[in-house]
Amino acid sequence: MAPPGGPAPVVQFEDVSIAFDGKSILHDISFSVERGQTLVLLGPAGCGKSVLLKLANGLLKPDSGTIRVFGEDIARLRRRDLYKLRTRIGMVFQESALFDSLTVEENVAYRLHEEHVPGAETHARVVEALKFVELEAAIDKFPSELSGGMRRRVSIARAIVSNPDLILYDSPTGGLDPITSATIIELVMKQRDVSHTTSLVVTHRLQDAFTLATHRFDPATGGMKPLPSDGPDHGIDQGTKFLLLNEGKIAFQGTTEELVHSSDPWIKRYLE
Amino acid sequence: MPLLPPDVLLKKQVASVQEYSILAGRAIADIFSRPLYWDDIFTQMDSIGVGSLPIIILSGFFTGCVLALQSVTALKEFGAVSMTGSLVSLSMVKELGPVLTGLMVSGRNAAGMASEIGSMKVTEQIDAMRALGTDPIRKLVTPRLIATVFMLFFLTIIADAVGIAGGALVSVSMLGLTASSYLHSSYASLVHGDIVQGLTKPLFSGFIIATVGCFFGMRTTGGTQGVGRATTQAVVVSSVFIIVVDFIVTRAMIGIFGS
Repeated sequence: MAPPGGPAPVVQFEDVSIAFDGKSILHDISFSVERGQTLVLLGPAGCGKSVLLKLANGLLKPDSGTIRVFGEDIARLRRRDLYKLRTRIGMVFQESALFDSLTVEENVAYRLHEEHVPGAETHARVVEALKFVELEAAIDKFPSELSGGMRRRVSIARAIVSNPDLILYDSPTGGLDPITSATIIELVMKQRDVSHTTSLVVTHRLQDAFTLATHRFDPATGGMKPLPSDGPDHGIDQGTKFLLLNEGKIAFQGTTEELVHSSDPWIKRYLE
Repeated sequence: MPLLPPDVLLKKQVASVQEYSILAGRAIADIFSRPLYWDDIFTQMDSIGVGSLPIIILSGFFTGCVLALQSVTALKEFGAVSMTGSLVSLSMVKELGPVLTGLMVSGRNAAGMASEIGSMKVTEQIDAMRALGTDPIRKLVTPRLIATVFMLFFLTIIADAVGIAGGALVSVSMLGLTASSYLHSSYASLVHGDIVQGLTKPLFSGFIIATVGCFFGMRTTGGTQGVGRATTQAVVVSSVFIIVVDFIVTRAMIGIFGS
């Protein structure tokens, strides 16, 4: 529940459980994400991170528990209302999930076309989104002509083009080389620091998670730079929180400092 | 693949029927609410209707030809070779036209729908579509349903016409009948009920092809191998359904119009 008098969380899970073919994937998951916050979901492969993200977008329905997004119980929404709600959410898929028969421009413009935005405005917004991910030269290409990193950047452009209130990143750096991963994390950070969009970031790469927590986007240089350790936040972005999953249960949730100073043996081993 | 116990297998089958019914019901319901994706409907009409035209013309024409050739042997016994036109037109309009067209379009388009939607499913494009606020049933299934039912109706008429024309060619060039006698016999033997029966069947076949093709596409799992499996299942199931429903519709039509 929202704190009395305070704004409602953007995403709120209450005792959410889901199982596939009798096998429990997530068990009694409860957490919330406040407006403007970035929640990094960490955990070993197969612990249910991507399932959790799909639950947050209503792509899967929980077996029990309640999921509220923008205050709406998404399991109880009518089909039409759920699709309407999703227009406020951007999602970046693990394998990009670009429409392979559409060009980059058509992919990024997809939601704008659905909303019947005039052609000239659509084109301008697509170019702007592609500039954000530094990929405007690829506007006429098809996804099959792009590298994995470029596809991921187009996917980010598609997610941000309609200025969503919430962005879900499903392993945005998965399967990419370290240099491309850094570029993608920089884009996630840029969106966080420039647009202040609430986001859930699934990753299994600790390096990416801690880069997000300890750096900020610098508009002057157009790149990321470490937060000063002698600053008021002691070198840590206070809007970035962590949720660590293990075997479908929450092993940890809290701030960066709490995570790195955790005395839990499993967490210590995981962070090593 | 492990052998499943009978109760689990039965539950799976019941769940599949339920899923299919929900998908078909939603696809129909979406016809009557906005938005309707007209661009996709016309694209599918072109792909299903115009794209299937060559195979429908060829299969319909040669079916009419072979029907005339085969029937003349039996008709000769009774001295009724002049009835060839009647036999060809009745067979084509009531049965072979609708069923063959349904089966040909099923082989071509149910497979196409299952593989196209199945590929989108395994590459998360369907999830991406849902995440972008678009209902995939409304965007992918309903246009295919409208296009298939609409185009199959006209494809059947074309198959009937070219089948009768094929029978005419064989009757005139090989069996020594005159064109006017063949065409008169063809025309005279057809009654209102035959036409209604022949043109009701493609409506059901079109529905089966689109919903079965899309259903197997939408439930595809297991990568490229899964896409192949979905494609095969879509063709097999839709073909069997077409023949079973053909029998049911024929029986119903006989009940309504008499034999």
